Amino acid sequence: MAFVRQVLVIMAKDLRAELRTKEAINASLSFALVVLLLFSFAFDPSEETTREISGGLLWIVFAFAGTLLLNRSFARELNNDCLDALISAPISGAALFLGKALANYVLVLAVELIALPLFGVFYNVRWTSQFWQLMMVIALATWGMTVTGTMFSALTVNIRLREVMLPILNFPILIPALLGAMQLTSALVAGKPIAADNDAWLKMLIGFDVMYTAVSVFLVETVLVGG
Amino acid sequence: MNAVAVEDVWKFYGDFPALRNVSLSAAPGACLALIGRNGAGKTTLLRTIAGFSRPGKGKIAIFGNSPRDTATRRLMGFIGHGISVYDELSALENLMLFGKLYGLADPKKTALEWLERTGLDRVKDGLVREFSRGMRQRLAVARAFLHSPKVLLLDEPFTALDDRAIAVLQRLLHEALSEGKTIVMSTHQLREALELATHVALLNRGQVAFHGPRTAEMVADPGWVYARYGEG
Amino acid sequence: MRDKILYIIGAVALILLARDMYLITGFPAEANQGAIFKIIFFHVPMAITALTCAMVAFVASILFLITKNFQYDALAVAVTEVGLAFLAGNLITGSIWGRVAWGIWWAWDARLTSALVCWLLYAGYLMLRNAIEEPTQRATFAAVFSIFAFIDVPIVIFSIKWWRTQHPQPVFWGGGSFPPDWSAVFGWQMLAILLVGVVFTAVRLRQEQFQREIDSLRRMAHAL
Repeated sequence: MAFVRQVLVIMAKDLRAELRTKEAINASLSFALVVLLLFSFAFDPSEETTREISGGLLWIVFAFAGTLLLNRSFARELNNDCLDALISAPISGAALFLGKALANYVLVLAVELIALPLFGVFYNVRWTSQFWQLMMVIALATWGMTVTGTMFSALTVNIRLREVMLPILNFPILIPALLGAMQLTSALVAGKPIAADNDAWLKMLIGFDVMYTAVSVFLVETVLVGG
Repeated sequence: MNAVAVEDVWKFYGDFPALRNVSLSAAPGACLALIGRNGAGKTTLLRTIAGFSRPGKGKIAIFGNSPRDTATRRLMGFIGHGISVYDELSALENLMLFGKLYGLADPKKTALEWLERTGLDRVKDGLVREFSRGMRQRLAVARAFLHSPKVLLLDEPFTALDDRAIAVLQRLLHEALSEGKTIVMSTHQLREALELATHVALLNRGQVAFHGPRTAEMVADPGWVYARYGEG
Repeated sequence: MRDKILYIIGAVALILLARDMYLITGFPAEANQGAIFKIIFFHVPMAITALTCAMVAFVASILFLITKNFQYDALAVAVTEVGLAFLAGNLITGSIWGRVAWGIWWAWDARLTSALVCWLLYAGYLMLRNAIEEPTQRATFAAVFSIFAFIDVPIVIFSIKWWRTQHPQPVFWGGGSFPPDWSAVFGWQMLAILLVGVVFTAVRLRQEQFQREIDSLRRMAHAL
């Protein structure tokens, strides 16, 4: 019980600090908007072509915009050496990690759920026909992205070129998850529910999430207090 | 049992030993001042005692337990170089956050008490980023004392503090000692530190060059320890 | 002593390579694909060597995190670099094959694409190392990342395979058949390339040890 409470305290702290300034979330949202706009110049946004590549388009927007938020996660602790205070507090590394990951999850999901209807409007696509399945895919893939991203945010927080390093580390690891999310999203936006021919992707997403959550929770203490 | 016991501790950066076979101890109620030149390993030792990193070899015990144990961490308070409070949160929110993390019974009540003791009660809802330097430092002190730690670890506590914050900190440290708490601090401000210290340890290139009770000679001439043991 | 063993392994690898090359050039051209099919004697052993390297890096990283012994960190970085070189060789030979067989340098073949993703994964490992100054932190963080990367390898391979099966395309390595009398030479070639990997790793391992000594001496000099 104490563990859950600590996770929630850390999560609430991160969300409150972010919502005070809204720096990262504003940057992330504007960036999502700009990328959505740029894509409309890259090809003719007619309904048919857009539907076919909607998965790829959306997940590139989500991954880029998400990176801006994830970069801030541990960087937030850098000012005033706040990480010292968290590490010396009587909470486990796992609670600290999950709290921060959940805060990031909420923020990234918020940006995605604003970008998604904008995509529908800009590209004149009715994307809601498989609404709940689409939400499930977004929830699963975003968690994968957040869990590895939060871990790498901890790995890169003290190093040179922090902002560049996070996507360089995170995107290749995420390729399977993003690939699966893209395939499923394209199908769902086109109105096709998840069926036998693509439910392997869903299983892969779940496996990816479970695997990396477990490994992160197991290794985060090593990253925080190291050798 | 010693409040802080450091036994044959080595700490490596790669192959380079930043701490070499360091053994120190501090009994409950003692105040140990770690002195030494820059790069002698004071901060490394203090951070290792605080449990920020594990020693390469050797053992550190706080009342007999590892500093990484959750229960042990509840007994320790740390003030480092940064103030370790969040700019985007108010003074009260900051203290309540740490109060909750330390599992205090009534985080709000304790936080308000400490804001009063550090003279920040009138600005309790102000965001830390709007605070002056001195106010931020007093809040940092309140943050470290909030959970009434039994062992206080202070890294250069008097450096960069303004007069009022020094006064607050010194009053709190004297009070803590009189309550039988243990203090380990690294410092360059020999005069302030020696006044408070009951014991002194001099580090030289990662090794303990001297470890013993503070004597009258040291207070009379803060350079005495250095002159006697410094380059030995 | 170590030097001598290294020279011997290196010499054995060279002799094997020379012998294999002689035999391979002597083989008749493959029925469907012609001479280019023989590139498989380099392409596949390189991939297997690279995969072996990833596996060794994974084990070495775990051992470093458990023991904090820098020998394991040195081993991890050495095999990762060597593995990347072999994987690059695999990508290049695959691409050359594609150019001759299909007329295009890159066809998003499932295996080549997986190899490219893995190459990017481990290139990230080296970049992460480069960016961290303090040796203990560098070794710890790199080990954590190496574990993350290795777990990803099978997921990458499977997901890209599914992705390609959903987009029908010409079967890549099909159409050519492997005459049974080639397989002995293939085995020797596999061994030769693996031995080259061992020699490279050993040399790189030594450099890494020197580097650590130099770094430690520099710190000592700064501390004076």
